[in-house]
Amino acid sequence: MALWLDVILVLLILTSLWLLGSSRLRACIQAVAFQGIMLGLIPLLCAWPDITVRLAAVAVLSMVVKAIVLPGMLRRAAREANVRYEVQPLIGFTTSLLLGIVLWGLAMHVSRQLPVTMLHVTPLLIPVAIFTIFCGFLLIVSRNTAVMQVIGYLALENGIYVFGWAFAIEDPLLVEMGVLLDVFVAVFVMGIMIYRLSREFDTIETDELDSLKE
Amino acid sequence: MLAISGIVQIVLALVLAPLLQSIINRTKAVFAGRRGQPWLQPYRELWKLVQKGTVYSRTTTAVFVAGPIVGIAAVGLALALVPIGGWPALLSFPGDFLLVAYLLGVGRFFLVSAALDTGSSFEGMGASREVLFSALAEPALLLSLTALAAASHSASLTGIYAAIDSGMPATAAGPAIFLITGAMFVVFLAENARIPVDDPNTHLELTMIHEVMVLDHSGPDFALIQYAAQLKMWLLGSLLLGAAAPFRFGSAWLDLLAGLVGLGAIAVLVGIVESSMARLRLVRVPQFLIAASILSIVALFLVMR
Repeated sequence: MALWLDVILVLLILTSLWLLGSSRLRACIQAVAFQGIMLGLIPLLCAWPDITVRLAAVAVLSMVVKAIVLPGMLRRAAREANVRYEVQPLIGFTTSLLLGIVLWGLAMHVSRQLPVTMLHVTPLLIPVAIFTIFCGFLLIVSRNTAVMQVIGYLALENGIYVFGWAFAIEDPLLVEMGVLLDVFVAVFVMGIMIYRLSREFDTIETDELDSLKE
Repeated sequence: MLAISGIVQIVLALVLAPLLQSIINRTKAVFAGRRGQPWLQPYRELWKLVQKGTVYSRTTTAVFVAGPIVGIAAVGLALALVPIGGWPALLSFPGDFLLVAYLLGVGRFFLVSAALDTGSSFEGMGASREVLFSALAEPALLLSLTALAAASHSASLTGIYAAIDSGMPATAAGPAIFLITGAMFVVFLAENARIPVDDPNTHLELTMIHEVMVLDHSGPDFALIQYAAQLKMWLLGSLLLGAAAPFRFGSAWLDLLAGLVGLGAIAVLVGIVESSMARLRLVRVPQFLIAASILSIVALFLVMR
Protein backbone atom coordinates (compact mmCIF):
# COMPACT_ATOMS: atom_id res chain seq x y z
CA MET A 1 0.00 0.00 0.00
CA ALA A 2 2.98 2.30 0.57
CA LEU A 3 3.45 2.54 -3.19
CA TRP A 4 -0.12 3.66 -3.79
CA LEU A 5 0.15 6.11 -0.94
CA ASP A 6 3.26 7.51 -2.65
CA VAL A 7 1.37 7.79 -5.92
CA ILE A 8 -1.40 9.75 -4.20
CA LEU A 9 1.11 12.02 -2.49
CA VAL A 10 2.83 12.70 -5.82
CA LEU A 11 -0.56 13.53 -7.34
CA LEU A 12 -1.05 15.97 -4.45
CA ILE A 13 2.27 17.63 -5.32
CA LEU A 14 1.25 17.88 -8.96
CA THR A 15 -2.15 19.39 -8.19
CA SER A 16 -0.49 21.93 -5.91
CA LEU A 17 1.87 22.88 -8.73
CA TRP A 18 -1.11 23.03 -11.07
CA LEU A 19 -2.77 25.50 -8.70
CA LEU A 20 0.35 27.65 -8.83
CA GLY A 21 0.63 27.56 -12.61
CA SER A 22 -2.94 27.87 -13.81
CA SER A 23 -4.86 31.05 -14.42
CA ARG A 24 -8.29 29.51 -14.93
CA LEU A 25 -10.42 29.57 -11.81
CA ARG A 26 -12.50 26.64 -13.01
CA ALA A 27 -9.43 24.45 -13.48
CA CYS A 28 -8.10 25.50 -10.08
CA ILE A 29 -11.37 24.68 -8.37
CA GLN A 30 -11.33 21.28 -10.04
CA ALA A 31 -7.76 20.75 -8.89
CA VAL A 32 -8.74 21.52 -5.31
CA ALA A 33 -11.68 19.11 -5.61
CA PHE A 34 -9.27 16.45 -6.90
CA GLN A 35 -7.03 17.13 -3.91
CA GLY A 36 -10.07 16.54 -1.72
CA ILE A 37 -10.59 13.08 -3.21
CA MET A 38 -6.91 12.24 -2.75
CA LEU A 39 -7.09 13.40 0.88
CA GLY A 40 -10.05 11.15 1.52
CA LEU A 41 -8.05 8.18 0.25
CA ILE A 42 -5.00 8.88 2.42
CA PRO A 43 -6.42 7.71 5.79
CA LEU A 44 -7.83 4.58 4.14
CA LEU A 45 -4.46 3.69 2.63
CA CYS A 46 -2.62 4.55 5.84
CA ALA A 47 -4.74 2.17 7.85
CA TRP A 48 -5.03 -0.55 5.19
CA PRO A 49 -6.07 -3.33 5.60
CA ASP A 50 -7.85 -2.79 8.95
CA ILE A 51 -10.38 -0.10 8.11
CA THR A 52 -12.89 0.69 10.81
CA VAL A 53 -16.35 2.04 10.16
CA ARG A 54 -15.39 5.25 11.93
CA LEU A 55 -12.39 5.71 9.64
CA ALA A 56 -14.42 5.03 6.53
CA ALA A 57 -17.09 7.47 7.67
CA VAL A 58 -14.53 10.22 8.19
CA ALA A 59 -12.93 9.50 4.82
CA VAL A 60 -16.24 9.62 2.98
CA LEU A 61 -17.40 12.70 4.85
CA SER A 62 -14.19 14.60 4.17
CA MET A 63 -14.34 13.58 0.50
CA VAL A 64 -17.92 14.81 0.21
CA VAL A 65 -17.12 18.13 1.89
CA LYS A 66 -13.76 18.75 0.21
CA ALA A 67 -14.49 17.40 -3.24
CA ILE A 68 -18.15 18.26 -3.75
CA VAL A 69 -19.56 20.81 -1.31
CA LEU A 70 -16.71 23.33 -1.03
CA PRO A 71 -15.80 23.32 -4.76
CA GLY A 72 -19.50 23.65 -5.54
CA MET A 73 -19.73 26.73 -3.34
CA LEU A 74 -16.60 28.19 -4.89
CA ARG A 75 -17.91 27.54 -8.38
CA ARG A 76 -21.13 29.33 -7.52
CA ALA A 77 -19.23 32.25 -6.04
CA ALA A 78 -17.08 32.52 -9.16
CA ARG A 79 -20.10 32.35 -11.42
CA GLU A 80 -22.05 34.96 -9.50
CA ALA A 81 -19.07 37.26 -9.35
CA ASN A 82 -18.61 36.58 -13.07
CA VAL A 83 -14.86 35.93 -12.99
CA ARG A 84 -13.16 33.22 -15.00
CA TYR A 85 -9.49 34.08 -14.89
CA GLU A 86 -6.91 35.34 -12.49
CA VAL A 87 -5.69 38.06 -14.79
CA GLN A 88 -2.77 39.74 -13.12
CA PRO A 89 -1.36 37.94 -10.10
CA LEU A 90 1.26 39.70 -8.02
CA ILE A 91 3.66 36.87 -8.86
CA GLY A 92 3.45 35.52 -12.39
CA PHE A 93 2.48 31.94 -13.14
CA THR A 94 5.85 30.73 -14.35
CA THR A 95 7.57 32.45 -11.43
CA SER A 96 5.05 30.87 -9.07
CA LEU A 97 5.88 27.45 -10.52
CA LEU A 98 9.59 28.00 -10.03
CA LEU A 99 8.92 29.27 -6.51
CA GLY A 100 6.90 26.10 -6.03
CA ILE A 101 9.98 24.03 -6.77
CA VAL A 102 11.97 26.07 -4.27
CA LEU A 103 9.21 25.51 -1.72
CA TRP A 104 9.28 21.77 -2.45
CA GLY A 105 13.01 21.71 -1.73
CA LEU A 106 12.43 23.75 1.41
CA ALA A 107 9.66 21.37 2.52
CA MET A 108 11.98 18.39 2.06
CA HIS A 109 14.64 20.20 4.07
CA VAL A 110 12.30 21.23 6.87
CA SER A 111 10.83 17.75 7.14
CA ARG A 112 14.32 16.32 7.57
CA GLN A 113 14.92 18.67 10.49
CA LEU A 114 11.72 17.66 12.26
CA PRO A 115 12.26 15.13 15.03
CA VAL A 116 9.52 12.87 13.77
CA THR A 117 9.98 9.26 14.77
CA MET A 118 6.51 7.94 14.16
CA LEU A 119 6.68 7.66 10.40
CA HIS A 120 4.98 4.32 10.23
CA VAL A 121 3.78 4.72 6.67
CA THR A 122 5.87 6.68 4.20
CA PRO A 123 8.58 9.28 4.70
CA LEU A 124 6.93 11.36 1.97
CA LEU A 125 3.89 12.29 4.06
CA ILE A 126 5.47 15.16 6.04
CA PRO A 127 7.23 16.94 3.13
CA VAL A 128 4.08 16.77 1.00
CA ALA A 129 2.02 18.17 3.88
CA ILE A 130 4.44 21.04 4.41
CA PHE A 131 4.67 21.67 0.67
CA THR A 132 0.89 21.86 0.31
CA ILE A 133 0.73 24.30 3.22
CA PHE A 134 3.45 26.44 1.62
CA CYS A 135 1.63 26.44 -1.72
CA GLY A 136 -1.56 27.52 0.02
CA PHE A 137 0.27 30.44 1.65
CA LEU A 138 1.88 31.40 -1.64
CA LEU A 139 -1.50 31.42 -3.39
CA ILE A 140 -3.05 33.55 -0.65
CA VAL A 141 -0.34 36.20 -0.80
CA SER A 142 0.28 36.24 -4.54
CA ARG A 143 -3.18 36.23 -6.09
CA ASN A 144 -5.51 39.15 -6.50
CA THR A 145 -8.95 37.66 -6.90
CA ALA A 146 -10.75 36.61 -3.77
CA VAL A 147 -11.73 33.25 -5.27
CA MET A 148 -8.11 32.29 -5.82
CA GLN A 149 -7.30 33.30 -2.26
CA VAL A 150 -10.04 31.05 -0.97
CA ILE A 151 -8.59 28.25 -3.12
CA GLY A 152 -5.23 28.94 -1.50
CA TYR A 153 -6.89 28.73 1.90
CA LEU A 154 -8.35 25.34 0.96
CA ALA A 155 -4.95 24.09 -0.23
CA LEU A 156 -3.47 25.27 3.07
CA GLU A 157 -6.13 23.39 4.98
CA ASN A 158 -5.54 20.28 2.84
CA GLY A 159 -1.88 20.40 3.85
CA ILE A 160 -2.80 20.62 7.51
CA TYR A 161 -5.11 17.65 7.06
CA VAL A 162 -2.27 15.56 5.56
CA PHE A 163 -0.04 16.70 8.40
CA GLY A 164 -2.63 15.44 10.87
CA TRP A 165 -2.63 12.01 9.29
CA ALA A 166 1.13 11.87 9.40
CA PHE A 167 1.03 11.78 13.18
CA ALA A 168 -1.80 9.59 14.22
CA ILE A 169 -4.44 7.44 12.65
CA GLU A 170 -6.97 6.98 15.42
CA ASP A 171 -6.93 9.95 17.75
CA PRO A 172 -7.61 13.16 15.91
CA LEU A 173 -10.91 12.13 14.28
CA LEU A 174 -12.85 14.49 16.49
CA VAL A 175 -10.39 17.29 15.78
CA GLU A 176 -10.64 16.62 12.05
CA MET A 177 -14.41 16.90 12.31
CA GLY A 178 -14.05 20.25 14.01
CA VAL A 179 -11.60 21.47 11.39
CA LEU A 180 -13.86 20.28 8.60
CA LEU A 181 -16.76 22.22 10.10
CA ASP A 182 -14.55 25.27 10.51
CA VAL A 183 -13.46 25.18 6.90
CA PHE A 184 -17.01 24.67 5.75
CA VAL A 185 -18.22 27.72 7.62
CA ALA A 186 -15.21 29.75 6.51
CA VAL A 187 -15.73 29.00 2.82
CA PHE A 188 -19.44 29.60 3.23
CA VAL A 189 -18.77 33.06 4.66
CA MET A 190 -16.08 33.78 2.07
CA GLY A 191 -18.47 32.81 -0.72
CA ILE A 192 -21.00 35.32 0.55
CA MET A 193 -18.25 37.90 0.94
CA ILE A 194 -17.09 37.37 -2.62
CA TYR A 195 -20.63 37.83 -3.85
CA ARG A 196 -21.14 41.04 -1.86
CA LEU A 197 -17.74 42.32 -2.96
CA SER A 198 -18.47 41.79 -6.62
CA ARG A 199 -21.93 43.36 -6.32
CA GLU A 200 -20.65 46.37 -4.46
CA PHE A 201 -17.50 47.11 -6.46
CA ASP A 202 -17.90 45.23 -9.78
CA THR A 203 -14.64 43.41 -9.04
CA ILE A 204 -13.33 40.82 -6.64
CA GLU A 205 -9.78 42.06 -6.62
CA THR A 206 -8.91 42.39 -2.98
CA ASP A 207 -6.42 45.13 -3.78
CA GLU A 208 -9.37 47.39 -4.41
CA LEU A 209 -10.13 47.23 -0.70
CA ASP A 210 -7.01 49.32 -0.10
CA SER A 211 -8.74 52.34 -1.55
CA LEU A 212 -11.68 52.21 0.86
CA LYS A 213 -12.21 55.37 2.86
CA GLU A 214 -14.42 56.00 5.81
CA MET B 1 27.61 -11.18 -28.39
CA LEU B 2 27.46 -7.71 -26.83
CA ALA B 3 28.84 -6.09 -29.96
CA ILE B 4 26.48 -8.04 -32.23
CA SER B 5 23.39 -7.09 -30.23
CA GLY B 6 24.50 -3.46 -30.28
CA ILE B 7 25.00 -3.55 -34.03
CA VAL B 8 21.61 -5.20 -34.58
CA GLN B 9 19.99 -2.35 -32.67
CA ILE B 10 21.75 0.30 -34.73
CA VAL B 11 20.91 -1.41 -38.03
CA LEU B 12 17.27 -1.67 -36.96
CA ALA B 13 17.27 2.03 -36.08
CA LEU B 14 18.85 3.01 -39.38
CA VAL B 15 16.38 0.92 -41.37
CA LEU B 16 13.16 1.46 -39.44
CA ALA B 17 13.44 5.08 -38.24
CA PRO B 18 11.60 6.64 -41.22
CA LEU B 19 8.77 4.20 -40.61
CA LEU B 20 7.89 6.02 -37.36
CA GLN B 21 7.02 9.05 -39.44
CA SER B 22 4.71 7.08 -41.69
CA ILE B 23 3.01 5.57 -38.64
CA ILE B 24 2.35 9.11 -37.35
CA ASN B 25 1.07 10.17 -40.77
CA ARG B 26 -1.19 7.12 -41.02
CA THR B 27 -2.63 7.73 -37.55
CA LYS B 28 -3.40 11.33 -38.43
CA ALA B 29 -4.95 10.19 -41.72
CA VAL B 30 -7.22 7.73 -39.90
CA PHE B 31 -8.36 10.50 -37.56
CA ALA B 32 -9.05 12.79 -40.51
CA GLY B 33 -10.90 10.07 -42.43
CA ARG B 34 -8.29 9.84 -45.17
CA ARG B 35 -6.40 6.84 -46.46
CA GLY B 36 -3.01 8.39 -45.87
CA GLN B 37 0.36 8.10 -47.53
CA PRO B 38 1.86 4.75 -48.54
CA TRP B 39 3.91 3.20 -45.74
CA LEU B 40 7.15 3.68 -47.62
CA GLN B 41 6.59 7.35 -48.46
CA PRO B 42 9.32 8.70 -46.10
CA TYR B 43 11.85 6.33 -47.72
CA ARG B 44 10.79 7.45 -51.18
CA GLU B 45 11.17 11.08 -50.21
CA LEU B 46 14.65 10.45 -48.89
CA TRP B 47 15.56 8.59 -52.10
CA LYS B 48 14.16 11.42 -54.22
CA LEU B 49 16.23 14.00 -52.34
CA VAL B 50 19.40 11.92 -52.55
CA GLN B 51 19.12 11.80 -56.35
CA LYS B 52 18.80 15.56 -56.67
CA GLY B 53 21.64 18.04 -56.97
CA THR B 54 22.57 20.45 -54.19
CA VAL B 55 22.35 24.21 -54.52
CA TYR B 56 24.58 26.38 -52.36
CA SER B 57 24.00 30.07 -52.01
CA ARG B 58 27.03 32.29 -52.70
CA THR B 59 26.78 33.80 -49.23
CA THR B 60 27.25 30.47 -47.46
CA THR B 61 30.52 29.03 -46.22
CA ALA B 62 31.82 25.66 -45.10
CA VAL B 63 29.68 25.96 -41.94
CA PHE B 64 26.59 25.57 -44.08
CA VAL B 65 27.94 22.36 -45.64
CA ALA B 66 29.02 21.02 -42.25
CA GLY B 67 25.55 21.44 -40.66
CA PRO B 68 23.78 18.37 -42.00
CA ILE B 69 26.88 16.16 -41.88
CA VAL B 70 27.71 16.91 -38.25
CA GLY B 71 24.01 16.65 -37.44
CA ILE B 72 23.68 13.10 -38.69
CA ALA B 73 27.05 12.04 -37.30
CA ALA B 74 26.08 13.25 -33.83
CA VAL B 75 22.74 11.45 -33.87
CA GLY B 76 24.33 8.29 -35.27
CA LEU B 77 26.89 8.25 -32.48
CA ALA B 78 24.22 8.87 -29.87
CA LEU B 79 22.26 5.89 -31.23
CA ALA B 80 25.18 3.62 -30.29
CA LEU B 81 24.70 4.62 -26.64
CA VAL B 82 20.96 4.11 -26.29
CA PRO B 83 19.62 0.64 -25.48
CA ILE B 84 16.25 -0.59 -26.70
CA GLY B 85 14.10 -3.56 -25.75
CA GLY B 86 16.28 -4.57 -22.81
CA TRP B 87 19.29 -5.19 -25.02
CA PRO B 88 22.55 -3.59 -23.94
CA ALA B 89 23.73 -0.71 -26.09
CA LEU B 90 26.81 -0.99 -28.29
CA LEU B 91 28.78 1.45 -26.16
CA SER B 92 28.19 1.97 -22.49
CA PHE B 93 30.20 3.74 -19.82
CA PRO B 94 29.41 5.74 -16.67
CA GLY B 95 28.00 9.13 -17.60
CA ASP B 96 27.06 8.26 -21.16
CA PHE B 97 23.61 9.83 -20.75
CA LEU B 98 25.31 13.21 -20.55
CA LEU B 99 27.09 12.43 -23.80
CA VAL B 100 23.77 11.52 -25.48
CA ALA B 101 22.17 14.78 -24.35
CA TYR B 102 25.10 16.84 -25.56
CA LEU B 103 25.58 14.94 -28.81
CA LEU B 104 22.04 16.02 -29.61
CA GLY B 105 23.15 19.49 -28.56
CA VAL B 106 26.15 19.42 -30.92
CA GLY B 107 23.96 18.35 -33.84
CA ARG B 108 21.57 21.16 -33.09
CA PHE B 109 24.39 23.68 -32.70
CA PHE B 110 25.71 22.95 -36.17
CA LEU B 111 22.25 22.99 -37.72
CA VAL B 112 21.60 26.37 -36.11
CA SER B 113 25.00 27.65 -37.25
CA ALA B 114 24.21 26.54 -40.80
CA ALA B 115 20.90 28.39 -40.63
CA LEU B 116 22.64 31.55 -39.40
CA ASP B 117 25.32 31.10 -42.06
CA THR B 118 22.79 31.71 -44.82
CA GLY B 119 22.45 35.29 -43.60
CA SER B 120 18.70 35.20 -44.07
CA SER B 121 16.87 36.95 -41.24
CA PHE B 122 14.02 34.51 -41.67
CA GLU B 123 16.21 31.52 -40.91
CA GLY B 124 17.80 33.42 -38.08
CA MET B 125 14.36 33.77 -36.54
CA GLY B 126 13.75 30.03 -36.84
CA ALA B 127 17.17 29.30 -35.37
CA SER B 128 16.50 31.61 -32.44
CA ARG B 129 13.22 29.89 -31.66
CA GLU B 130 14.76 26.45 -31.99
CA VAL B 131 17.53 27.38 -29.58
CA LEU B 132 15.10 28.91 -27.10
CA PHE B 133 12.87 25.86 -27.00
CA SER B 134 15.65 23.32 -26.92
CA ALA B 135 17.39 25.29 -24.19
CA LEU B 136 14.21 24.88 -22.17
CA ALA B 137 13.77 21.22 -23.09
CA GLU B 138 17.34 20.27 -22.31
CA PRO B 139 17.11 20.67 -18.51
CA ALA B 140 14.00 18.50 -18.54
CA LEU B 141 15.80 15.73 -20.43
CA LEU B 142 18.98 15.95 -18.36
CA LEU B 143 17.17 16.13 -15.03
CA SER B 144 14.94 13.18 -16.00
CA LEU B 145 17.96 11.08 -16.90
CA THR B 146 19.75 12.23 -13.75
CA ALA B 147 16.76 11.24 -11.65
CA LEU B 148 16.70 7.83 -13.32
CA ALA B 149 20.42 7.46 -12.72
CA ALA B 150 20.03 8.43 -9.06
CA ALA B 151 17.17 5.98 -8.61
CA SER B 152 18.99 3.07 -10.24
CA HIS B 153 22.44 3.86 -8.74
CA SER B 154 23.92 3.50 -12.19
CA ALA B 155 25.42 6.18 -14.40
CA SER B 156 25.18 4.51 -17.79
CA LEU B 157 22.05 4.27 -19.91
CA THR B 158 22.35 0.50 -20.23
CA GLY B 159 22.62 0.18 -16.44
CA ILE B 160 19.72 2.57 -15.85
CA TYR B 161 17.37 0.74 -18.15
CA ALA B 162 18.49 -2.67 -16.89
CA ALA B 163 17.55 -1.49 -13.38
CA ILE B 164 14.14 -0.37 -14.61
CA ASP B 165 13.64 -3.73 -16.30
CA SER B 166 14.47 -5.58 -13.11
CA GLY B 167 11.55 -4.14 -11.21
CA MET B 168 12.50 -0.65 -10.09
CA PRO B 169 9.05 0.84 -10.91
CA ALA B 170 7.49 -1.31 -8.19
CA THR B 171 9.76 0.17 -5.53
CA ALA B 172 9.71 3.57 -3.86
CA ALA B 173 11.02 5.12 -7.09
CA GLY B 174 7.79 4.18 -8.90
CA PRO B 175 6.00 7.56 -8.64
CA ALA B 176 9.20 9.30 -9.73
CA ILE B 177 9.40 7.18 -12.88
CA PHE B 178 5.78 8.09 -13.56
CA LEU B 179 6.72 11.79 -13.45
CA ILE B 180 9.85 11.25 -15.53
CA THR B 181 7.79 9.56 -18.23
CA GLY B 182 5.60 12.65 -18.44
CA ALA B 183 8.59 14.98 -18.64
CA MET B 184 10.29 12.84 -21.27
CA PHE B 185 7.18 12.74 -23.43
CA VAL B 186 7.10 16.54 -23.45
CA VAL B 187 10.79 16.57 -24.37
CA PHE B 188 10.08 14.03 -27.10
CA LEU B 189 7.37 16.26 -28.59
CA ALA B 190 9.50 19.40 -28.32
CA GLU B 191 12.74 17.95 -29.67
CA ASN B 192 11.02 16.30 -32.60
CA ALA B 193 9.16 19.48 -33.49
CA ARG B 194 5.70 17.95 -33.07
CA ILE B 195 2.43 19.53 -31.95
CA PRO B 196 1.86 21.17 -29.44
CA VAL B 197 5.31 22.78 -29.65
CA ASP B 198 5.83 22.95 -33.39
CA ASP B 199 3.68 21.89 -36.31
CA PRO B 200 5.62 19.77 -38.82
CA ASN B 201 3.04 20.50 -41.54
CA THR B 202 2.95 24.25 -41.25
CA HIS B 203 4.41 26.37 -43.99
CA LEU B 204 3.31 29.68 -42.60
CA GLU B 205 6.31 31.88 -41.95
CA LEU B 206 5.18 33.23 -38.60
CA THR B 207 4.61 29.86 -36.99
CA MET B 208 7.37 27.65 -38.33
CA ILE B 209 10.22 26.76 -36.02
CA HIS B 210 12.19 23.76 -37.08
CA GLU B 211 11.15 23.94 -40.71
CA VAL B 212 12.44 27.49 -41.09
CA MET B 213 15.99 26.60 -40.18
CA VAL B 214 16.42 24.06 -42.92
CA LEU B 215 14.77 25.96 -45.76
CA ASP B 216 18.02 26.64 -47.60
CA HIS B 217 19.22 23.07 -47.61
CA SER B 218 18.52 21.08 -50.74
CA GLY B 219 19.10 17.68 -52.26
CA PRO B 220 21.26 15.19 -50.34
CA ASP B 221 21.93 17.76 -47.61
CA PHE B 222 18.22 18.06 -46.93
CA ALA B 223 17.89 14.27 -47.04
CA LEU B 224 20.56 14.04 -44.33
CA ILE B 225 18.69 16.55 -42.18
CA GLN B 226 15.40 14.69 -42.59
CA TYR B 227 17.03 11.35 -41.88
CA ALA B 228 18.82 12.75 -38.82
CA ALA B 229 15.48 14.04 -37.53
CA GLN B 230 13.93 10.59 -37.99
CA LEU B 231 16.84 8.94 -36.19
CA LYS B 232 16.51 11.47 -33.39
CA MET B 233 12.86 10.56 -33.00
CA TRP B 234 13.86 6.89 -32.78
CA LEU B 235 16.49 7.71 -30.17
CA LEU B 236 14.30 9.86 -27.94
CA GLY B 237 11.50 7.34 -28.40
CA SER B 238 13.80 4.59 -27.09
CA LEU B 239 14.72 6.69 -24.07
CA LEU B 240 11.05 7.35 -23.34
CA LEU B 241 9.95 3.78 -23.95
CA GLY B 242 12.59 2.27 -21.67
CA ALA B 243 11.23 4.30 -18.77
CA ALA B 244 7.53 4.21 -19.65
CA ALA B 245 6.86 0.61 -20.65
CA PRO B 246 9.57 -1.86 -19.70
CA PHE B 247 7.72 -4.97 -20.89
CA ARG B 248 9.99 -8.00 -20.74
CA PHE B 249 9.13 -11.56 -21.70
CA GLY B 250 12.38 -13.30 -20.87
CA SER B 251 13.36 -14.07 -24.44
CA ALA B 252 15.78 -11.57 -25.96
CA TRP B 253 14.14 -11.51 -29.40
CA LEU B 254 10.64 -11.14 -27.96
CA ASP B 255 11.93 -8.26 -25.83
CA LEU B 256 13.37 -6.56 -28.88
CA LEU B 257 10.09 -7.06 -30.72
CA ALA B 258 8.26 -5.54 -27.74
CA GLY B 259 10.62 -2.57 -27.98
CA LEU B 260 9.86 -2.06 -31.67
CA VAL B 261 6.11 -2.39 -31.10
CA GLY B 262 6.46 0.09 -28.23
CA LEU B 263 8.14 2.61 -30.51
CA GLY B 264 5.29 2.15 -32.97
CA ALA B 265 2.85 2.75 -30.13
CA ILE B 266 4.63 5.99 -29.23
CA ALA B 267 4.29 7.07 -32.88
CA VAL B 268 0.56 6.28 -32.75
CA LEU B 269 0.30 8.29 -29.52
CA VAL B 270 2.02 11.24 -31.19
CA GLY B 271 -0.43 10.93 -34.10
CA ILE B 272 -3.35 10.98 -31.65
CA VAL B 273 -1.93 14.02 -29.84
CA GLU B 274 -1.48 15.82 -33.14
CA SER B 275 -4.99 15.05 -34.33
CA SER B 276 -6.69 15.95 -31.07
CA MET B 277 -5.04 19.19 -30.04
CA ALA B 278 -3.91 22.44 -31.59
CA ARG B 279 -0.42 23.74 -31.18
CA LEU B 280 0.21 26.08 -28.30
CA ARG B 281 0.60 29.76 -28.82
CA LEU B 282 4.26 30.60 -29.14
CA VAL B 283 4.32 32.44 -25.81
CA ARG B 284 2.81 29.45 -24.03
CA VAL B 285 5.41 26.96 -25.26
CA PRO B 286 8.10 27.97 -22.73
CA GLN B 287 5.59 27.45 -19.93
CA PHE B 288 4.85 23.97 -21.28
CA LEU B 289 8.54 23.09 -21.38
CA ILE B 290 9.22 24.57 -17.94
CA ALA B 291 6.40 22.43 -16.60
CA ALA B 292 8.27 19.39 -17.95
CA SER B 293 11.44 20.54 -16.19
CA ILE B 294 9.49 20.98 -12.99
CA LEU B 295 8.11 17.45 -13.24
CA SER B 296 11.64 16.11 -13.54
CA ILE B 297 12.90 18.25 -10.64
CA VAL B 298 10.11 16.92 -8.42
CA ALA B 299 11.09 13.41 -9.53
CA LEU B 300 14.73 14.11 -8.72
CA PHE B 301 13.82 15.30 -5.22
CA LEU B 302 11.68 12.21 -4.77
CA VAL B 303 14.44 9.74 -5.58
CA MET B 304 17.05 11.67 -3.61
CA ARG B 305 15.08 11.92 -0.37
